[in-house]
Amino acid sequence: MVSLINKAFKKAKDSKRPALLTYTVAGDNTKKKSLDILKSISAHADICELGFPHNTPIADGGQIQTSAYRAIKNGIKINDIFAIAKEFKLSKKTTPIILMGYYNMIYQYNENNFLKKCKSSNIDGLIVVDLPYPENKSFSEKCKRKGINFVQLVSPTTSDKRLKKIIRDSHDMIYYISMLSTTGGKLKVSPKKILQNYFKIKNQNKSKNVVIGFGITEKTIKSLKKADGLVVGSAICKEISKSIKNRQNAVTNVTNVVRRLRNKIK
Amino acid sequence: MKLKKGIPLIDQHDQSGFWGGKFGGSFIPETLKKPVEDLTEEFKKLRKDKRFIKKRDYYFKNYIGSPTSFVKLENLSSHLGGAQIWAKVVSEANGGAHKIYNATVHALLCKAMGKKYIVGDTGAGYAGKMLSMAAKKFGLKCKIFMGAKDIKRQKPNCDAMKKNGAVIVPVYSGSQTLVDAVSECMRYWVSNCDNTHMCVGSTVGPNIFVKICGWSTAQISRELKDQLKSEFKKIPKKIKLINCVGGGSSAYGFWSEFIDFNKKQIELIGVEAGGPEKSNLHAAPLSRNAKIGVLHGAASYICQDNEGQINETESISAGLDYPGVSPIHCFLKDTKRARYTHATDEEALNAHVMVTKFENLNPSLEPSHAFAEAIKIAPKLSKDTIIIVNSCGDAKKDRDILKERLGKN
Repeated sequence: MVSLINKAFKKAKDSKRPALLTYTVAGDNTKKKSLDILKSISAHADICELGFPHNTPIADGGQIQTSAYRAIKNGIKINDIFAIAKEFKLSKKTTPIILMGYYNMIYQYNENNFLKKCKSSNIDGLIVVDLPYPENKSFSEKCKRKGINFVQLVSPTTSDKRLKKIIRDSHDMIYYISMLSTTGGKLKVSPKKILQNYFKIKNQNKSKNVVIGFGITEKTIKSLKKADGLVVGSAICKEISKSIKNRQNAVTNVTNVVRRLRNKIK
Repeated sequence: MKLKKGIPLIDQHDQSGFWGGKFGGSFIPETLKKPVEDLTEEFKKLRKDKRFIKKRDYYFKNYIGSPTSFVKLENLSSHLGGAQIWAKVVSEANGGAHKIYNATVHALLCKAMGKKYIVGDTGAGYAGKMLSMAAKKFGLKCKIFMGAKDIKRQKPNCDAMKKNGAVIVPVYSGSQTLVDAVSECMRYWVSNCDNTHMCVGSTVGPNIFVKICGWSTAQISRELKDQLKSEFKKIPKKIKLINCVGGGSSAYGFWSEFIDFNKKQIELIGVEAGGPEKSNLHAAPLSRNAKIGVLHGAASYICQDNEGQINETESISAGLDYPGVSPIHCFLKDTKRARYTHATDEEALNAHVMVTKFENLNPSLEPSHAFAEAIKIAPKLSKDTIIIVNSCGDAKKDRDILKERLGKN
């Protein structure tokens, strides 16, 4: 069966544009608000990544940390996150949703129970930041058996030998980290160089959907539009923080950002 | 789960880096895979390289001031009655604590790998101070990540770091202590791993950092073994080695040569931070039955909630104020080779007062936790029992806290 993730990429490809992937933190700044934001931005986004917030995020920069701490402070629990995803999928049946977070939370929930819950909440994929290859082998196989996409990450430091193995064991989507940085860093590598690395991955197996993330904003997104997909996270989290600070409607503001992002690559 | 004999504990892990099949590992973002693998290769090569070992020993002796002394605390022993209490005065090491061993080795590794920048985390400020010293010594540029709360309470060490030319990066996220400093340091490394070497300040973090740190501090027990033989002619029949445990680097270093001994002959006792007396907050994952989790790239017992969020910890001693602990201590706990307990803030303070009253020794708040346990058990033990406490840090850095809590100058 073709996964919703593959379908979303195909749909974007058919209209000759990269897929737009958004990242927001579940529960930022409340359960209801994050669900409203998710529903509203999905009108312009092809795939929605939903972060399950952790209070010791070793690979996230300031913007996503702020969102995560805010959500935790407001009492978000894992089961709330599943509830948000499930509720979202009731109205947006074809928009894939990918949960993203750190391994300790899956470990505490128990891998099997976590995946069972993912399945019943209609989660399409998982990104686990601190569970690299080959440590993720057994978990990614479990995901596959459940029909959940485990998204492998690749970075500029990934060796060629390693890259081959990772691609071989990957599912429908591969996430290329654009540069040596935490999330939300300023793009310090030229788009040309990023795309060069991107095609090195893409050309190994054209059937895999390769997305680029980290450092992508309204300013930089257009320069990378040759990719299968582009992920924007920190720029969105930043907008939520700004809206809260200025007592403005975060749903409207964030939706405008996502609409503009989409317009830049259409 | 079983300990092997004749193999250093730091090497008793499986292919994936786990001790006892479940502690340790390398839970790191993809970007760090390559620098961690490079470091692993380099360390594997250098630890067998005679010239590197010679260099290490040269600096341990001439720069750190090895061996540190091993002394009997006559007055304290006769005051308490019971066992003899001895101290391994590791705080005599250059800089005033055991952290200099790990810092020196990391600086040597950094040089060997051709990197010019070195970064590290610090809680009590000792790891940071020592790294800044070693960086200065070996001509490396140094950045130290430190929680804003710790910067306030450990000012003397911060002054030293600045004097050595290091940049202190204050960390304001979370509890603003060691746990956040380690996270921020790892984030910095993710962004700069192409030209920067990271030193983890204790036997925590991804597998390779546990190994390097343990390999460095093991010097303490090599010295002690020789000192025991020359003092007593042979290793005595009843020994208790008491050490404070935060991350666990000084305890591992103090114990490593003695792990193969029968525990009836040499008992290993680790003392964690029990926190304030009338509070539920502590930093004692081993002795207060925390669950296994993943923090800063390794699986270990961790103070955390049911969902896997890391708990805030509290201890008067910044160096022990950490929610996780070394995977090798988890392994020693589960194999029952070492026994772990905790001392409260107040017990540590009282121990500090008693030791300084009777002896010409000024243990910092971290080893004062170990002294608290020694003081507790010594009166119940026979005269031929030798209690040895690792006095692994000097209390100069605790000047402000001691003044506030004891009204001392």
